[in-house]
Amino acid sequence: MKQELSIVLSGEAGQGLQTLEDFLVKAISKSYYVFATQEVMSRVRGGNNTLEIRVSNTPVATYRSHIDFLYLLNNHSFYRVTKRVSDDSKIFGEEDFLSDEERDQLVGTFVPFTLNDYATEAGSVLFGNTVLFGHIAGMLALDQDHCHALINERFSHKKDKILDGNIEAFKTGYELGQAYQEHHDLQNREDEPLMVLSGNEALGIGALGGGCNFISAYPMSPGTGLLTYLAGKSNDFGIFVEQAEDEIAALNMNIGAWYAGARALTTTSGGGFALMEEAVSLSGITETPCVTHIAQRPGPGTGLPTRTAQEDLNLAVYAGHGEFPRMIFSPGHMRDAVELAQKAFYFADKYQVPTFLLTDQFLVDSKFQMAPFELDAKYLESSIVKSTEDYKRYTITEDGLSPRSIPGFGDGLVKCDSDEHVEEGTITESFDVRIQMNEKRLSKKDLLMADYQYPELIGPESYKKLIVGWGSTYGVLKEYVDQYGDGETAYLYIKQPFPLHQDIKKYFDQADTIINVENNASAQFSKILLLELGVTVSQNLLKYNGEPFSIEEVVAYMKEV
Amino acid sequence: MKHFEMDKSTDIAWCPGCGNFSIRKVLIETLQEMDLNPTQVVMASGIGQAAKMPQYINTNYFNGLHGRGLPVAVAIKAANPHLTVIAEGGDGDMYGEGGNHFIHNIRRNPDIVHIVHDNMVYGLTKGQAAPTSPLEFKTPVQVNGVINDPINPLPVAMTLGATFVARAFSGDMEGLKKILKAAFDHEGYALVDVLHPCVTFNKINTFKWYKEHSYPLEEGYDSSDFESAMKKALDTEKFALGVIYQNKNKVSFNNRTWLYQQDATPIVQRKRDINKVNALLKIEA
Ligand SMILES: Cc1ncc(C[n+]2csc(CCOP(=O)(O)OP(=O)(O)O)c2C)c(N)n1
Ligand code: SF4
Ligand SMILES: [Mg+2]
Repeated sequence: MKQELSIVLSGEAGQGLQTLEDFLVKAISKSYYVFATQEVMSRVRGGNNTLEIRVSNTPVATYRSHIDFLYLLNNHSFYRVTKRVSDDSKIFGEEDFLSDEERDQLVGTFVPFTLNDYATEAGSVLFGNTVLFGHIAGMLALDQDHCHALINERFSHKKDKILDGNIEAFKTGYELGQAYQEHHDLQNREDEPLMVLSGNEALGIGALGGGCNFISAYPMSPGTGLLTYLAGKSNDFGIFVEQAEDEIAALNMNIGAWYAGARALTTTSGGGFALMEEAVSLSGITETPCVTHIAQRPGPGTGLPTRTAQEDLNLAVYAGHGEFPRMIFSPGHMRDAVELAQKAFYFADKYQVPTFLLTDQFLVDSKFQMAPFELDAKYLESSIVKSTEDYKRYTITEDGLSPRSIPGFGDGLVKCDSDEHVEEGTITESFDVRIQMNEKRLSKKDLLMADYQYPELIGPESYKKLIVGWGSTYGVLKEYVDQYGDGETAYLYIKQPFPLHQDIKKYFDQADTIINVENNASAQFSKILLLELGVTVSQNLLKYNGEPFSIEEVVAYMKEV
Repeated sequence: MKHFEMDKSTDIAWCPGCGNFSIRKVLIETLQEMDLNPTQVVMASGIGQAAKMPQYINTNYFNGLHGRGLPVAVAIKAANPHLTVIAEGGDGDMYGEGGNHFIHNIRRNPDIVHIVHDNMVYGLTKGQAAPTSPLEFKTPVQVNGVINDPINPLPVAMTLGATFVARAFSGDMEGLKKILKAAFDHEGYALVDVLHPCVTFNKINTFKWYKEHSYPLEEGYDSSDFESAMKKALDTEKFALGVIYQNKNKVSFNNRTWLYQQDATPIVQRKRDINKVNALLKIEA
């Protein structure tokens, strides 16, 4: 009997998969471990989009290629998933959703599923998604009262007819779905209640916890979700939100806002970030903090706008001309997404450097479970000082940090300059001062190491083989080590890929074999390991078709190692 | 006594005889006379000869990137509306490299004064054509003369809905001061395009040339009439000097936001409540 299920709904843009996902994941999370991810085409209507929901007896945070239950939602929703079904898969759909050819070559069992009829019987063809919700809820034996409550919450502002119809539709689905309970052996979770959230929500909550009160951004998938989330919270939390005219303006505004004392964020993807590079450098020389979220997608150029990748690590590491320190964080799970987003603001302020949250489409758009926790108010503390009449913005100090004041706060003047400058902040062409100032800025690289965000080692401490990954590969690599590990393989989850702390070299020294896993074609992180720590990886597992890693891919690869 | 003036020892990097000196003198006088405190004023500038202005005025400043003075200025004003914010730079800086910001910030109508030094040339990079350079103007790059039509920033600004559009000439310091005062008094975006000779790289648009090709707006000129103002703005045979157009009825950027409509406290003075954030980390019932 199956200890986990992978349920896939295959339809098209505009069919409301997003709403259905929200319902399902919330409802399922109450009883089971669950993870959900969508893969969508870059279009507003039509095409083929799929939603996968994994339900399991153990924590899950990645996708499985194999499908146990597949719901076809139209007659062009099978061709892209045929390789993902096998003999034991059940495929639900209207009779005519399979072409003759597809029917001939079909593996798995086709179950006629007249969704439109069921919905119409319940009151309207529009209730189809609620029938599906009911069907899956029945299959998983979810608490019906809780499901009804969710439906109530969603439709309570609508007419009674709509609310009642949806409840009816849910019941119809539930009854039908119950027949499949015997296909799995899923047990209700016994641990603490878990919340479900997307990477975007986690980052947004973290940003709020870091004091973010200004966001300027130019829409670009998959970076837009964070902008939308914070815009949604802006009235409640007092955030100045502005859609900038372009990415150049977005980061320059961000820096202007920090200069004036705000905690500003901008969010984008690789292409937009490429336009921001000069401003990153501006933050570097003026020592004005800034926080940038880069949600990666495959490039170059426009690439695959709605897909995932880890191709912009080099871009983030080297962005901006000249030499200056920075911090790059790459959360791999929800708690880190919240906490690192919060800290990104605090560290930017503390060290007066640009900080980056480097995520990807898979992380920001997928839905994960997280144990509730509380954020530390410490990260709201500001290092801004009140100026005195003789204040100098770039005072040379022993520790390398010049106390940062803001205009209008105290009796002094705050003069910031993108030209090389003297302590007062005015232009200079003195070679001696240049050396002094450059060294002052660069010395912060050592300082900020005190707050290095150390990696987590997952798996046996006496490992011989070490898998290393950064950011969103966390889910798949942790699952591999936890569920399929051979007892001598561990996984090092890197959450700050740059700069790297020398102390983490020991993890690599212990391993006979180092396997680097990345969602790109050139193993960018392996080169940073070599440059920063002198570590040479033994082999690379790389994927760059625009999809995240499936658990099967990692399992198959590791068999060969 | 406020001190916007610098020490006598300040080394000013402009060429002797440059119109920038007059603009600086008038700007300092204006700020002094308006009784502003230097700690409450911020200048945001780009890069160029004109954009060096903040270096030579004793106040807060953020001297950023070429072309990017405006986004910085607008964000400063948004973060702390109590500050008086000036964006300043050259014609290349503001109309060329920063052209997109010029367009879109007019739409925002931020309450800032935007001073553009229009010498019709790139001074700092040694004499290439600016977006305002006249046709046939010869430079080391445009060796056969400029072939692209010059931009006339005033009508551009007006069609985009700018609420204060003025042209000044550095040679008419009294006129410039009057314009600047009106610009600071205006609530909303105030564009002040200041014609000035570049004695080193522009041998066409000289002091004498500007004198001959400009005239002050007549007494009793009505700056609130858009159509007649547009006519004035479009005339490049002879440049009208003064506040060409002003619309006092539009709400400025910050005041358009729900954020500041509800509460005028600058965001930089508000405190975030961690408990309110932590409420988002609780499981919904
Ligand atoms: C991104 C970038 N491109 C180009 C330059 C070089 N640059 C500096 S100032 C300038 C033009 C200056 O002309 P203008 O803005 O009209 O100022 P002026 O010197 O005439 O006062 C240029 C092209 C730069 N600093 N940054
Ligand atoms: S180059 Fe021209 S604009 Fe620049 S300081 Fe010299 S004269 Fe003035
Ligand atoms: Mg110029």
